[in-house]
Amino acid sequence: METIENKVAEPPSEESILVAAARTGDIGAFESLVRRYDRSVFRIAQHITQNREDAEDVVQDAFLKAYQNLGQFQGQSKFYTWLVRIAVNEALMRLRRRRPERTVSIDEDIKTDEDSMPREIADWSPNPEQLYTQAELKELLGKTIQGLPPSFRTVFVLRDVEGLSTEETASALELSVPAVKSRLLRARLQLRERLNKYFKRRDGDTRP
Amino acid sequence: MKCSDFLKELTDYLDNTMDSHTKAELEEHLQWCHNCYVVCNTTKSTIEIYRDSKLYELPDELRSRIHSAIVTKCRCHKSSLENVGSPSELPAKKTTEQDPSQ
Repeated sequence: METIENKVAEPPSEESILVAAARTGDIGAFESLVRRYDRSVFRIAQHITQNREDAEDVVQDAFLKAYQNLGQFQGQSKFYTWLVRIAVNEALMRLRRRRPERTVSIDEDIKTDEDSMPREIADWSPNPEQLYTQAELKELLGKTIQGLPPSFRTVFVLRDVEGLSTEETASALELSVPAVKSRLLRARLQLRERLNKYFKRRDGDTRP
Repeated sequence: MKCSDFLKELTDYLDNTMDSHTKAELEEHLQWCHNCYVVCNTTKSTIEIYRDSKLYELPDELRSRIHSAIVTKCRCHKSSLENVGSPSELPAKKTTEQDPSQ
């Protein structure tokens, strides 16, 4: 049976128009891309490097490298995913420089699943984030995530903080989807375990 | 279903990326297993707290400084290309896009 398919070409996205313009050397268009993604790239860079100056350098270098290599970007993935890949590589490179004594790789697969098995099963206070001031909360969350191996915290940040899909995270980190899922589960469980001591319900806790 | 089986599926459960049959099995397990119920809820809270935390915000002043530096460097790069030839005539650089499916 013959079928008729109406093929409707999708209009180019605003992002692809900006990328195309930037590729021709339009710095204004590239600036729009910078404004769109700089905050996210900065957060990712600081999560990985744990150092503000390094994060600042990573943002500059990642965008410059993206600009210089726009000719290589063929639109098979989103521009943002491609940019994140560049930024993650830059950030890991800086982390390696800072900690040459330790292996720092996104490929490292650390220990066994046992390191992520829940050890303490404690219910948390309702609205646990309200137990602390904003500043205290940021400090304890930052300290807690710093304790994760870079390969775990990078996956957690891309997937759960920045909201990339599992497939986009895999593409940005050049990992397989099962590898992303495995790291994500372990990162989530390890963070949960570490946050227990701050958020668990205490005896006589009557706060709402 | 054992608790270890539940844990293996936790990420897909929290992301709601599983078939309805497996989801029903997990929810049945959650009805009687208090430990898994607590782990599931507190893991969900962990994700939400980090997502909402606004850790490492980029201050406006730093943002302006970074923008200026990026634009200056891009202009330098553009000028250097204009002195050499068009971008398409340049050799391939280090960063390449790879097909995620490869």
